[in-house]
Amino acid sequence: MNDLLAARSQMAMSLAFHIIFAAIGIAMPLMMTIAEWCWIRTKDLDYLMLAKRWSKGAAILFAVGAISGTVLSFELGLLWPTFMEKAGPMVGPLFALEGFAFFTEAIFLGIYLYGWTRLSPLAHVMTGAVVTVSGIASAIAVTVANAWMNAPRGFDMAGGVVRNIRPLEVMTNPYAPYQTVHMVLAAFAATGLLVAGIHAAMLLYRKPHGFHCHALRIALVVGGIPTLLQPISGDFLAKAVAEYQPTKLAAIEAQFRTEAGAPFRLGGIPDERTETVRFDLEIPSLLSLLLYGDPSATVQGLDRVPHLDWPPVAVVHLAFQVMVSAGIIMTTVVLWAAWRWKQGTLYQDRRLLWTLTLSTPLGFLAIETGWIVTEVGRQPWIIHGILRTSEAVTPMPGIMVPFVLFTLLYGLLMLVVIWTIWCHIAATGRPNVGVSIFEASASRGGMTK
Amino acid sequence: MMLELLLGGILLTSLIFYVLTGGADYGAGIWSMLTRGASGHRQRGLIDSAIAPIWEANHVWLILVITLLFAAFPRAYAVISTTLHIPLTVFLIGVVLRGSAFAFRTNDVEPRNEKDSAQVVWARVFAWSSLLASFMLGMIIGAIASGRLAGRPSTYYSTYVAPWLAPFPLLVGCFAVALFAYLAAMYLILETNDRHLQEDFHTRAVWSGLVVAVLELGILMLSQKGAPEIYEGLTTTVGGHLTVVFTNAVTWFSMLALWRRWYRTARVTAAIQVALIVFGWAMSQYPYLIVPDVTIADAAAPDATLQILLWSLLAGALLLFPSLYYLYWIFKFHTLPSPNQAKADSATDTAPGLRTSSQ
Repeated sequence: MNDLLAARSQMAMSLAFHIIFAAIGIAMPLMMTIAEWCWIRTKDLDYLMLAKRWSKGAAILFAVGAISGTVLSFELGLLWPTFMEKAGPMVGPLFALEGFAFFTEAIFLGIYLYGWTRLSPLAHVMTGAVVTVSGIASAIAVTVANAWMNAPRGFDMAGGVVRNIRPLEVMTNPYAPYQTVHMVLAAFAATGLLVAGIHAAMLLYRKPHGFHCHALRIALVVGGIPTLLQPISGDFLAKAVAEYQPTKLAAIEAQFRTEAGAPFRLGGIPDERTETVRFDLEIPSLLSLLLYGDPSATVQGLDRVPHLDWPPVAVVHLAFQVMVSAGIIMTTVVLWAAWRWKQGTLYQDRRLLWTLTLSTPLGFLAIETGWIVTEVGRQPWIIHGILRTSEAVTPMPGIMVPFVLFTLLYGLLMLVVIWTIWCHIAATGRPNVGVSIFEASASRGGMTK
Repeated sequence: MMLELLLGGILLTSLIFYVLTGGADYGAGIWSMLTRGASGHRQRGLIDSAIAPIWEANHVWLILVITLLFAAFPRAYAVISTTLHIPLTVFLIGVVLRGSAFAFRTNDVEPRNEKDSAQVVWARVFAWSSLLASFMLGMIIGAIASGRLAGRPSTYYSTYVAPWLAPFPLLVGCFAVALFAYLAAMYLILETNDRHLQEDFHTRAVWSGLVVAVLELGILMLSQKGAPEIYEGLTTTVGGHLTVVFTNAVTWFSMLALWRRWYRTARVTAAIQVALIVFGWAMSQYPYLIVPDVTIADAAAPDATLQILLWSLLAGALLLFPSLYYLYWIFKFHTLPSPNQAKADSATDTAPGLRTSSQ
């Protein structure tokens, strides 16, 4: 493995690890806040216990998200110093804003997690809302920075030198809204269905019990609505990719030749050498129709750029197929659940509960493959059309070593996290915790009234 | 010229905040290593309850420092992260282990059992990784100050190892450990109403304070050869003289306050002392960001970036400081100087570890 590949692997592994915790960190606070709000409204103790249980688990996931995010902010320089030297002045202010959003998130998360007995219930639930909003804000800032790497603007290039930087243009990148909306929706959809799956599994072998029923409903609302919106956002994003990164789009669709009336390829294995796709199912003219609303529109193929500038077509195409398939399954499951909910048999349909359980990881599978599409699809560029990844990598040899170190470290952490969360889930049968804290919080609430 | 100085000042201020808050969290972790015997359980409970609600917020200062560095001074960030790749990586491993071990430890399923083997492992990892991260952070700063980053890049060793593997950075690493431990002990005295615990941390503050004072002197002496810019900055300029005299005065006053058990005063002067030390380092290497070839002006991003950064920071600060105040008001109210002190809950009342043990 050469140093460039090691550096890319380390970055990919770190991002793949962090994105899970980042996404959970965006969506969990909303669910905790909703559960607590329901408790305030209904005085149903199960809701309070749910908020407590969720926040206990979330505390661990947040911490891991915060530290893996720290690692990333260093790795940008450790692995890609040339990139940061060029991009720092442009995306730097975005990261500063992200820093403040993260600050707010961490501060109010601390208050939320440890302030149960120190705040009135209303003030406490408000801090949960602040955590949610700041979490979304920090996700937006980071994704806007990534959108800039995909569609760079806000500066002039003259003879390889960056001049006349306009950071406001970086922040108001027209490509960014498509990507940020898609990412934020993905975070809610994936986390919501993950949590819904866990509680559906608990409902399968425990009597329908207030706690898990409440949990399932909240998770389905928080995850379900974004799941249904995601195809629309994906459609907008695909059109934006076609406009700003036609090469990436061509790789996604394995469109080797520029073509009028391009087909939509389902599945298949693209072969870069022969420029063909095997084993795929082609739906004639559909791609042109989807992108431009015209079945005979021309779709730009990979042939428009030199082979040297192609991303790895097979990886991008397959990752996209997996993402879309996961999305389609999630949409179906959510519609099914919504139908059962309307009928009032949400907790009785065992086949639905089983499907929800099996769909637990699908959202995160879609997030990971979606990031593969956007990151691998931009290769060989680190800043699209401006700076090659190979030019940005650190001159330090032996990157293999930190790559292996961090992979082992994160692998171990992941196992411990799963094990710890599993202990938390297994403990839901023991109701003592939530109630004892309720008493403290109720007495405190009484004091403040 | 004004803009980059202003941002340099904000960068330094953020770093000082990180040392005063995040540094003390590392220090608390280091002390948890020495919590043995009968009172060890209560000491760990105190440490947990003291840092649990605030450590993540404190940690964000580091993220702010690093983003400010790459946004405002991209060249300095590129040089530091290339030549100090190895110590930065080790530092990060410390950060990851510290944070996750602490989170696993304090968010275990209740009721918590301290004898549980997993709990014992997390406690150890938390303590050792706190020590590692503190040491590496000090060493990195020592390397930046030492002027060794400009070494002629010929071999792997001279480019990536020699800049930090030298007596001066190593001593600064030790100094950071002592300083963070000292700060943590000073803070922890006021985090409890338990006389015995106060005495435990009083003794530790005294000893670590003496170590800090000795190491301060040692660093100044070693800097003559190990970091000549720093030595010159501290010994030949008026500002340098003033900083040295002032830092010394505050150091000994802190020790006096500690000796006389003026804990609230001691806590404030210890924080001032630490802030002065970081300030003294920065001032003595001015105008260099990295001694001896990257100046603040060289490394600065274009004015357009600096301007928008400054506005973002102002807007962010308006949000940040009230929020931070709220956080500390909620959790640290009982440790702040106030006539209502008795009304506030005692720290032990809310210690997660202790609460479960009393159930």
